[in-house]
Amino acid sequence: MDIANYLYLSAALFTIGAVGVVVRRNAIVVFMCVELMLNAANLAFVTFSRLNGNLDGQVASFFTMVVAACEVVVGLAIIVTIFRSRRSASVDDASLLKR
Amino acid sequence: MLNLALQLGQTKTPEAILFWILAPMSVLAALGMLVVKKAVHSALLLAWIMISLAFFYIAQDALFLGIVQIVVYTGAVMMLFLFILMLVGVDASDSLVETIKGQRATSITAAIGFGGLLLSLIGRATVGHSAFGLAESNVKGNVQSLAESLFTKYVWAFEVVSALLITAALGSMVLAHSQKLKSRTLQRDLSAARFRGKSLSTAAGLPSSGVYARHNAVDVPALLPDGTPAPTSISATLKARGDMLDQKIFELEVKEVEED
Repeated sequence: MDIANYLYLSAALFTIGAVGVVVRRNAIVVFMCVELMLNAANLAFVTFSRLNGNLDGQVASFFTMVVAACEVVVGLAIIVTIFRSRRSASVDDASLLKR
Repeated sequence: MLNLALQLGQTKTPEAILFWILAPMSVLAALGMLVVKKAVHSALLLAWIMISLAFFYIAQDALFLGIVQIVVYTGAVMMLFLFILMLVGVDASDSLVETIKGQRATSITAAIGFGGLLLSLIGRATVGHSAFGLAESNVKGNVQSLAESLFTKYVWAFEVVSALLITAALGSMVLAHSQKLKSRTLQRDLSAARFRGKSLSTAAGLPSSGVYARHNAVDVPALLPDGTPAPTSISATLKARGDMLDQKIFELEVKEVEED
């Protein structure tokens, strides 16, 4: 098995996550798809780290995880705030600027 | 020489088996995330993908990241997602109807193009060498080597990230904090409202639930003097949930008592 298979898998997961962000309506599901994209990028980091034989990729992946955790915390707080005022977690309902 | 290079670039058989079992399943789970209706199911599929990725990390000599992936992602992040789902409503299902015309077809076409671009780039890219592997870098152990580079070369980034974590925690607390817009209604206010309302029929409070010989619970309605059940004797929440007991059994018993 070629090590590039991990990169193919990472590309596939990233693309599927991107489709999810565009297609889904529920803000929480959109958020999960963003997480999927971050995870796919992490897999690419780890694979490149192994490919190049140094640990810099793993350190980058570690930082990505920390930033993703921050992003989840703040993003979910925003979703809760929006849900509290509008009783909906659908991204279509948050169209205040349109009207 | 070429053969040796090819061998180094190839992963060993157990890893190949692991990959070919877990990779298709995680891709299927990712596709499932796009089509399942309930957000909870999406969350479970995502948790599955994250666990598979943890296996891949460990298989690729990233032991620390594999463990962190399980602890941080499937442990903390997914738990947070499930908490928020509980808060927002577990059954808050997504309508899969397109609201913008042609958006789905366009996005899928774009995604196929993007994915094809990525795949072809990866397929054609050459790093100029076969995989080095991490045996050399991990001589002192993966965690020790990672810590060494984290606290020397990347110490500044590490500090910045710690500041980011604190900021995020504070920010989420500020965002999730809600101010009370009006004061709480006290028991005294409720009592005044009962007497100043339109009718005095509920001035003494709502009737309590039914008390029968065989049933004494909040989910059975009390009976009015004419034998009909009193709907106000059951909590509105129980009624909405459909947790009311059928009162017909009790009506019959009441008739028997009357005949006696």
